Amino acid sequence: MSWLTRLFARRRIYSDLSAEMRAHLEEKIDALVVSGMSREEATRAARREFGNVTLLEERGREVWQWPSLESFLADIRFAFRMLRKSPGFTAVAILTLALGIGANTALFSVVNGVLLNPLPFSNPDQLVTVDASKPNFPTGSISYPNFLDWHRINHCFSFFAVARPTGYLLTGMGQTEELDAAAITSDFFPLLGIHPVLGRSFAPAEDQIGPWNVVAISTDLWHRKFGSSPDVIGKSISLDGKGYIIVGVFPGNLDVPMRYFQGVDVYAPLGGFRNSNIDYRGAGLGIHGIARLRPGITIEQARADMQRVTDYMSQTYPDADKGMGATLTPLKERMVGRVRGFLLLLLGAVGFVLLIACVNIANLLLARGNARQREMAIRSALGAGTSRLIRQMLTESILLALLGGALGLAFAAAGTRAALAALPATLPRVNEVGIDARVLWFTVAVSLLAGFLFGLVPALRVARKKTCDALKEGSRSVAGTRHRTQHVLIAVQMALAVVLLAGAGLLIRSLAQLWKVNPGFDPHGVVEFNLALPPQMSTASPAAIRTAVRNFDAAMDAIPGVQGESLSWGAIPLYEEDDENFWIQGEPRPASESQMHDMLDYIVGPDYLKVMHIPLLAGRFFTENDDEKSKLVVVVDEVLAKKYFPNGDALGKVIDQGDATHTFPFEIVGIVGHVNQWGLDTDSRNSLRAQMYFPFLQMPDNVMSLVPSNTEVVVRSSGNMLGLIDSIRLASSRLSDDEAVTNFNTMHEIIESSLGSRRFAVMLLGSFAALALILAGIGLYGVISYAVGQRTHEMGIRIALGAHPRDVFRLVIGGGLRLALLGVVIGIAAALVLVRFLAAFSQLLYGVSQSDPLTIIAVAIVLLAVAFLACYIPARRAMKVDPMVALRYE
Amino acid sequence: MTNSQTRDLFPGALEMMILRVLKVQPLHGYALVQHIKRASNDLLQIEEGSLYPALQRLLKEGCVKAEWGISSTNRRVRIYKLTPAGARHLEREVSSFEQMLKGIARVLAPVKS
Repeated sequence: MSWLTRLFARRRIYSDLSAEMRAHLEEKIDALVVSGMSREEATRAARREFGNVTLLEERGREVWQWPSLESFLADIRFAFRMLRKSPGFTAVAILTLALGIGANTALFSVVNGVLLNPLPFSNPDQLVTVDASKPNFPTGSISYPNFLDWHRINHCFSFFAVARPTGYLLTGMGQTEELDAAAITSDFFPLLGIHPVLGRSFAPAEDQIGPWNVVAISTDLWHRKFGSSPDVIGKSISLDGKGYIIVGVFPGNLDVPMRYFQGVDVYAPLGGFRNSNIDYRGAGLGIHGIARLRPGITIEQARADMQRVTDYMSQTYPDADKGMGATLTPLKERMVGRVRGFLLLLLGAVGFVLLIACVNIANLLLARGNARQREMAIRSALGAGTSRLIRQMLTESILLALLGGALGLAFAAAGTRAALAALPATLPRVNEVGIDARVLWFTVAVSLLAGFLFGLVPALRVARKKTCDALKEGSRSVAGTRHRTQHVLIAVQMALAVVLLAGAGLLIRSLAQLWKVNPGFDPHGVVEFNLALPPQMSTASPAAIRTAVRNFDAAMDAIPGVQGESLSWGAIPLYEEDDENFWIQGEPRPASESQMHDMLDYIVGPDYLKVMHIPLLAGRFFTENDDEKSKLVVVVDEVLAKKYFPNGDALGKVIDQGDATHTFPFEIVGIVGHVNQWGLDTDSRNSLRAQMYFPFLQMPDNVMSLVPSNTEVVVRSSGNMLGLIDSIRLASSRLSDDEAVTNFNTMHEIIESSLGSRRFAVMLLGSFAALALILAGIGLYGVISYAVGQRTHEMGIRIALGAHPRDVFRLVIGGGLRLALLGVVIGIAAALVLVRFLAAFSQLLYGVSQSDPLTIIAVAIVLLAVAFLACYIPARRAMKVDPMVALRYE
Repeated sequence: MTNSQTRDLFPGALEMMILRVLKVQPLHGYALVQHIKRASNDLLQIEEGSLYPALQRLLKEGCVKAEWGISSTNRRVRIYKLTPAGARHLEREVSSFEQMLKGIARVLAPVKS
């Protein structure tokens, strides 16, 4: 018989079997009656000799079945019935699980989108970023002549492009508008596999240095300014007052992981970049590379090849290239490397939350298991074996977990996007976060695992119970091993919550410590923005530019409430930086740049100290008189002074600084405090910290011509920040309609965003810890209040025998707190070990010891307080037990 | 279900006895078990019901056929009949059982002395 026909024939077989067994019993009974027994006696005797009818019939049926599958299906049907029968329990359990599994799914979908999924480019594993490595800087800027040579000589890249952020003033199309732009080379779009929507990409010929007047625009600008007109190609667009021909339209919103690269509207050939240093081999113009490895070339082979290239370069151009190498980093590593640690950490933390949820459900199931002991005993009396009972219990819990998982998935799908939108934009690749097949499998796997975990202990307990004991046992239970399991689980749960709380506590303390770090300046009341002088200024004389700068300074100073204003190149701490070389007069001129000293250079106006509240330690700062006509002066920070003038004789010394063609002597006239350029937490770890301030008006003429297109400004005001921004806009527009002031940030915001990823970690870990605390509290409440319910009788007797209600209260509270205390002790021990991971893995700890006593004490107090609250209500109830009621209840 | 007093037969023993009895004549369940009990002089303690799972197994393997009919006591019963395949199976089982018995007896013999 094939299995299919057997399936259909089965109903008949079963009814035959059942009928013939019944007939057998009847025949037997009749035979016994004939032999002289009463019918009653005969029935009993016949049944005894026949054996367990139900079980034997079941065995008979099983012969025809595929038993494991069918009993599995039966278990599922039964489990559904059981869950429907106790909707309260089911709802609480599913909701708890949905929270736990949902949180895990949400976080995994982030990990999946950010860390696991490949980048959305073709063959993303071939993409690497390329930077010039200099003694101080593994990821320095590549000079354009070096790029052209690297591009020509290397054998490892199929495409290699460089790019730098820039900006243009768009005029002649409505209001003057500042556009973010990128100067790129011809390989850029083909490398990423991005095709033009219209027109063409740049040609290799356009990589040569020259006055190129072609640009490509983003689809966004195309929609906005050209109404998506298809004949935009070949049209002219006025950028910085110059006409450019549009040759291509490219998809907007490229999430290219190079700094300041988002939201670019205009692409221009880097070869046409208007900077006198573009053809200078030693220039650092913020140009960084991206490349595609040739098929079959590993990154190690590519590194070796680039070593060959840079060795050759340093022999050929020792002046500029000695000691320079190339740094190749996989693009994905560059994008997500810094968040990997803390994302995995958070995934671990959220796993703890799920564990606590599982413990809660396990305890609920244990309590329910007690109520269902008679049911289980009956099943076992009817012939269900131990493994069969365990299987059925596990089926129930796994079904519960899967239902919770399904709801959790819905939570995660709805919640993740909302959460990511609400959180500070600290994660790369956020757009790629979503629910995909891998996330679904993760949810299924986590649900199954959770169901198995929380189902196993109660299942084993129920199954171990002796049949006859359970049947004999009355409604009253004997406190004993049954509660011990629950107590162990509660302690475990408390310990897990302690670990999470301790982690979150340490992160919060770190964040608080960081806010206390003195950044070296006072961010309060300072606003920072970008200034672009009218486009015609870019071709004006240096003298005219200096005049415009002076006029702008005067206009800013005239705003009521403004206490100081300064133009800035590279002088916005934590936001932008610029580095240069110098050497000290008296030293022989170094043979190559790599042998010179490095410093962070700040080009600022005389009011800069007043704006930033940086302390003057010695000498003087700049005045209005430090201009193009006076002697060149420089102010250094305490770090530079200590490093290069350890005898404290920096004042009056002269340093040489300049570019390939000219070097200039600057006299050190002052020493100021150090500013944390690299961030509150990481500045002290950076090798390049020495700082030098140069007067804005003393910039050489050839550099001055770059000022109109892009300069930052800092302003301090005593007034309200929003009003200040409006006043600045108004003052600027009075100078010229074509002048643009954009990108306003308060220094406070800049500091805040530098701590963004920490705040992200603190917020998530904090909410996980809170969730854990709530779940643990509910768990404790549930167990204590169940125990009180079970012990009503005992309490009644105690009170009847003269126990004061206070003693009963103390008994219950004491029991709960003992468990909590046990959990706290275990949890703190575990936390002390696990915090090492936190420290080693993520660098999220700052300024607190791994075993910070304050955090640990606080965590213990919080947890015990929650435990007290959880026990309070059941304890009150126990105290109020009326002995008469309790005794009558029997 | 099992303890030392009512030891289960070894697997396949009941089936073998059923086939042996059915070789003589077709019988229904009740008659079959009475027959086995009587023939064994009640030495074997057999739960009467355990006959049925065994019969189902034999049915599935095609060793027996079953048909509803009327018994001598005028009851509607299901009568089992040995098939040729069942007869062959019985022969194989009996000979392998005898082998086993002989082996066990040899091992036990010296101790008995």
